[in-house]
Amino acid sequence: MKQILVMTRFFGVALVLGALSLPISAQTPETPDAQVQRIVNEVIEIIRTDPKVQAGDVKRVRELLDDKLLPHFDFKRMTMLAMGRNWRVASPEQQTALVEQFKTLLIRTYSGALSQYKDDKIDVKPSRARPDDKDITVRSEVIRKGESPVSVDYSLVLGSDGQWRCYDVIVGGVSLVTNYRDDFNQQVKNGSIDGLIKTLTDKNQGGA
Amino acid sequence: MIRVWLMGATFLLLAAGCASTGSLAEDDPLEPVNRAMFTIHQPLETYVMRPIVDVYEVITPTVGQRIIANFFNNIDDLFSGVSGLLQGKLDSAGHDFGRVIVNTSFGLGGMIDFASDADIPRGNQDFGLLLAHWGAGPRPYLFIPVMGPTTLRDGAGMIGQTYASPMSWRMIDEHVALRNTLQGLGIANAMSSGIKTLDTLDRIALDRYTFIRSAYLQRRAYQADDDSYQRAAFEDFDEEE
Repeated sequence: MKQILVMTRFFGVALVLGALSLPISAQTPETPDAQVQRIVNEVIEIIRTDPKVQAGDVKRVRELLDDKLLPHFDFKRMTMLAMGRNWRVASPEQQTALVEQFKTLLIRTYSGALSQYKDDKIDVKPSRARPDDKDITVRSEVIRKGESPVSVDYSLVLGSDGQWRCYDVIVGGVSLVTNYRDDFNQQVKNGSIDGLIKTLTDKNQGGA
Repeated sequence: MIRVWLMGATFLLLAAGCASTGSLAEDDPLEPVNRAMFTIHQPLETYVMRPIVDVYEVITPTVGQRIIANFFNNIDDLFSGVSGLLQGKLDSAGHDFGRVIVNTSFGLGGMIDFASDADIPRGNQDFGLLLAHWGAGPRPYLFIPVMGPTTLRDGAGMIGQTYASPMSWRMIDEHVALRNTLQGLGIANAMSSGIKTLDTLDRIALDRYTFIRSAYLQRRAYQADDDSYQRAAFEDFDEEE
């Protein structure tokens, strides 16, 4: 129990830092991992110095997310993977609703996690990706004083526009997509795809 | 006698060889029972565990909490070393034993974690992972009230660790007050180390039970170098958009 709890604490922080660190352009000569590290540093600087973020100002945090974070996620791919087999069964309208609600849920999670950041050190590992790779994993470690380092891996896919986007974050071996996949499956099994959409919507409309 | 019984149970468990099915839900064949246990657990968490943690954190200064955590981590490191050694993970075991020696001597019986200051990493192994190394899979998953998520394998490992622990050694066991104090502190320490993050869980999970199960099983599979869940997650999904 202890272990899992320590891990969930890192989940939020890692998600934020991970997502913020991903504006990787395929054209630049800088390697993906060097770029991730550079952006991580920039972002840490913003979080450290912006008093509004530190105070948990919801509006400011939301701005930061919209500017720096959302463009670097492939929410559709994330939702598809989290749905698994059920994705094909869903109608186009249901698919749109699912992507929208899942995205909202994740954003809510991020907003809460941003203010939890302490003086964690993020160590991005050298990437072994080849130039023609279209799907890569960037590995990193979050080091918090007095605690064991937690590995944080980001799965990225190269979009048709030449931008890398994140579709999964794996914290200490726990994949966000796999976790939600189990959760979503359970909801669909208990009810239907509409039932899942309703659960997500209710969750998102509940207290912040 | 109990030790003999435990060893027998362990071998039985290994013989059964309940390998992972690759599906998180299918590794939980006892789900109805586990869910019932989870239902019992929830109010205990809210009305017993949280208040205990709150009191513990109020009456114990931060430094005291750190010392207590270090003390129990030191015991865990000892088992991590033994487990690592038996798995042939010599680097990790070496670090763990080095940590125990430094922290037990200079660190006053483990109360000060000099080894971490000296950047000696923790191996984070345990008897459950040793059983995994010997072929025991994560099936069946179990949820135990107060203790939380585990598996038959990890639970067996934990029971073994409890019996072998210095806390059960005669010199401590015979001093009932000391033993009870240490056990109480151990429980408070374990609970406080993360109970508040369950709030985060409430925000992100649709179904708490499922979410905890997925996270626990994935985490343990990762620690045991078993990637069957990750592979299964992506295999029935083709690239088509």
